[in-house]
Amino acid sequence: MAMKYLKSTAFYVLVVFIVVQALFPFYYAIITSFKSGSHIFEITYLPNDFSLQNYKDVLFKGNGTFIRNFWNSIVIATSTVVLSLFIAVTASYALSRVRFRGRSLMLMTILAVSMFPQIAVLAGLFELIKGLGIYNTPYALIFAYTIFTLPFTVWVLTTFMRDLPIEIEEAAIVDGATPWVIIRRVFLPLMWPALVTTGLLAFIAAWNEFLFALTFTSSMDTRTVPVGISMLSGNSEHEIPWGMIMAASVIVTLPLIALVLIFQRKIISGLTAGGVKG
Amino acid sequence: MAATQVLSKDTSVPMKNELLAGRTRAAMIFLLPMMLALAIVAGWPLLRSIWFSFTDASLVHLYEAKFVGFKNYLNWIDLPSGKRVYTGVLVDKGWWNAVWNTLRFGTVSVVLETIFGLAVALVLNAEFKGRGIVRAAILVPWAIPTVVSAKMWAWMLNDQLGIVNDMLQRLGIITEKIAWAADANYSMAAVLMVDIWKTTPFMALLILAGLQMVPKDVYEAAEIDGVHPVKVFFKVTLPLIKPALMVAVIFRLMDAMRIFDLIYVLTPNSSQTKTMSVISRENLFDFDKFAYGSAESTLLFVFLLIMVTAYIKFAKVNLDGSTQ
Amino acid sequence: MANLVLKNVKKSFGSVNVIKGVDLEIKSGEFMVFVGPSGCGKSTLLRLIAGLEDITSGTLSFDGQVVNALAPSRRGIAMVFQSYALYPHMTVYENMAFGMQLSGGSKDDIKTRVEKAAALLQITPYLERLPKQLSGGQRQRVAIGRAIVRDPKVFLFDEPLSNLDAALRVATRLEIAKLHHSMNSVTMVYVTHDQVEAMTLADRICVLRDGLVEQVGTPLELYENPTNIFVAGFIGSPKMNFLEGKFAESYKAHTIGVRSEHMEFVKKGGWQGSVIHAEKMGSDTYSFVDVGSAEPIIIRETGTSRHDVNAKVSVAPMDGKVHRFAADGKAI
Repeated sequence: MAMKYLKSTAFYVLVVFIVVQALFPFYYAIITSFKSGSHIFEITYLPNDFSLQNYKDVLFKGNGTFIRNFWNSIVIATSTVVLSLFIAVTASYALSRVRFRGRSLMLMTILAVSMFPQIAVLAGLFELIKGLGIYNTPYALIFAYTIFTLPFTVWVLTTFMRDLPIEIEEAAIVDGATPWVIIRRVFLPLMWPALVTTGLLAFIAAWNEFLFALTFTSSMDTRTVPVGISMLSGNSEHEIPWGMIMAASVIVTLPLIALVLIFQRKIISGLTAGGVKG
Repeated sequence: MAATQVLSKDTSVPMKNELLAGRTRAAMIFLLPMMLALAIVAGWPLLRSIWFSFTDASLVHLYEAKFVGFKNYLNWIDLPSGKRVYTGVLVDKGWWNAVWNTLRFGTVSVVLETIFGLAVALVLNAEFKGRGIVRAAILVPWAIPTVVSAKMWAWMLNDQLGIVNDMLQRLGIITEKIAWAADANYSMAAVLMVDIWKTTPFMALLILAGLQMVPKDVYEAAEIDGVHPVKVFFKVTLPLIKPALMVAVIFRLMDAMRIFDLIYVLTPNSSQTKTMSVISRENLFDFDKFAYGSAESTLLFVFLLIMVTAYIKFAKVNLDGSTQ
Repeated sequence: MANLVLKNVKKSFGSVNVIKGVDLEIKSGEFMVFVGPSGCGKSTLLRLIAGLEDITSGTLSFDGQVVNALAPSRRGIAMVFQSYALYPHMTVYENMAFGMQLSGGSKDDIKTRVEKAAALLQITPYLERLPKQLSGGQRQRVAIGRAIVRDPKVFLFDEPLSNLDAALRVATRLEIAKLHHSMNSVTMVYVTHDQVEAMTLADRICVLRDGLVEQVGTPLELYENPTNIFVAGFIGSPKMNFLEGKFAESYKAHTIGVRSEHMEFVKKGGWQGSVIHAEKMGSDTYSFVDVGSAEPIIIRETGTSRHDVNAKVSVAPMDGKVHRFAADGKAI
């Protein structure tokens, strides 16, 4: 009996440890973001100040650069996702439902591209983006992000469509539906959950991207949020505005965490189906 | 009947069903936008990057780049003294240091993430009250942007004001405060800490998916036979989830080998954590050694290509089948 | 209203030959059932007729016109699938109207036809429901209704009853039989692995094995005059008794086959053995008698049996009811 209690206590200690280590950094960022003035120099485990000064500074100091960056991130991530999904739906139908020569080779290529080291294309992409005249515009990032969102969405949607019952498609064929009609009127209505999941994961990936955003933008108001945060600086070069950085971090992360918690189950199934980067 | 016979003679070569022909045609049209997009955004830039590595391109003179052969990779000058001096990425100490850092980081992080991920997955696979909360909680580190987690941890790992040093001092583990990110002795540990914190959830979820495919009656049978749980884990569970584990490991490994943002933000100037991606971007854009940086990025690409091919071959990973 | 002719039809998937040369004529308005063990190619044959698969060689013609190259929607067929294959996001009405909408039928025309089919199948109250709100039997009716709305020349069924429970299966079987009688100009092709379904529904049965036709005929022809051992054993329940060796020699055959109802207990002569088990069904009794043959002989008697288990008995086939087969399995 005692042994059993010991075991279950040990188990719950482990559970609590897992939860605390996962949440603590974010919790600490939140309590830091509410600290103003000299409170920031006190190491506390519980909140000891509730000032909104850091939030005000982030949002309104520097001519609204942060808000501008936030908006850039939303526009770029959304456009990337919509564009990728649009291209991916038809492609994954072809990859999952039509037998043709070279199909598995094509799937492997798509998987390979999704695992690509982004640095390997950086020089070429830079040249292309300069050449297209879209350097330092949102288009540069929408364009560049396709390199990871497109293979990912194609891959996940392909695995999803492969699981749709074949007989439904055959019934539609007998009813006289062309492949395009099958996609639009039979499969798309059945795929909303998969589209939401895939779109969300692609959105998060685009939202969090740093390397391309750092390289293909050069001015304050074209940057995305991750680059903006990495470059937040204080009044002097040696003073790091931790309170402001934490406030910005919280603002950027809260929408993501909300999305993730709402779509928890879908995200987990999408992650494991795609098996692609986190 | 007669008509049929006449026709059937003509069709000694069978006619292709227009349905299937139409479907194949539609498939090609459907694939075209994706293939075009990938060719433009991935294929072409990759080829150009490789090409740049064989030229003397610089940021300002991108378009006047001339072919110089393997000079960026390996070159030598014979000094008047008769001494031969080698230059190029392949003899660059900084580059090999970055290779070593990347390998070190990749191996340690993936090994630890696999072990921790397995542990978390086993916990989540057990049935207990509040399992949903734990699962939601571990998704939080995964959802936080890397740059943000780097900043959050940079704050926590701050030498004077950081809470990590405070905790370790309270627990009596350290006496002197450590400058985690700045001190060359600790910067790699700091990077590993953040990466493991952020990426273990991803591992755990992939492994959990594998665990949940193991039929329950396997455990029940083992329990009835009185097999010790530890033995069950190594003899039953582990072999059954091996395919899922292998796939998770290769994905993580590929990801770890190209790490950039965490290191760029957390330990910007430490030679102890400078990885292949970081050093090659530095040369490309910060030091105006565009061609040299291209050579480095090309080497990273080739390196990962060899690694993943070898892995798939030796580990016999079925990436296609593993998804379902 | 279509007459189907298959001439030396073959189908292979890569190097695997699934259909190895089928010649068959299905008459206009006929109810033809394809039956055979799993893997015999019956479903593939149906899918070739539907046009869902390419014919590798040979010709398929509808009313004398070769349709090998024609898409399913242009063959004038309708198909009912094993899993019903209803569109989950469409109401019953939309499910039934979908095909006509695609072919550009007028709204009124679609409405009339859907409502007529719904009335025929008694699913009018469910027209606005989604498939998931229906029971299995109702779903199968909707699937049949969807096929009727297409007003097909050829009706194809791919094991439509195998997802239903036993009671519902009998009821739906009757429904399909009634449908055939009321649409007697429509050719129907029906695939099943269940020989009872085949016997009860078919005008003619086509028994398939291993990609080849074993025998084609009316249910009674197949029952009474099987042309080979396979058909003899496949049609009829319980399975025909087969005896070899000394039992067959006296009939100058390699193997003889006798149906259970054609065996009787005799006072003298016949084959001696003992009753090892008796299945009492109420209306009939099936006695299993071991006479030293490879398998015990099954004997059917109406009512209850007078023979107890372990009783020593003599059994013999009735006169003229013995099927004789040569070593190659062909009937003599």
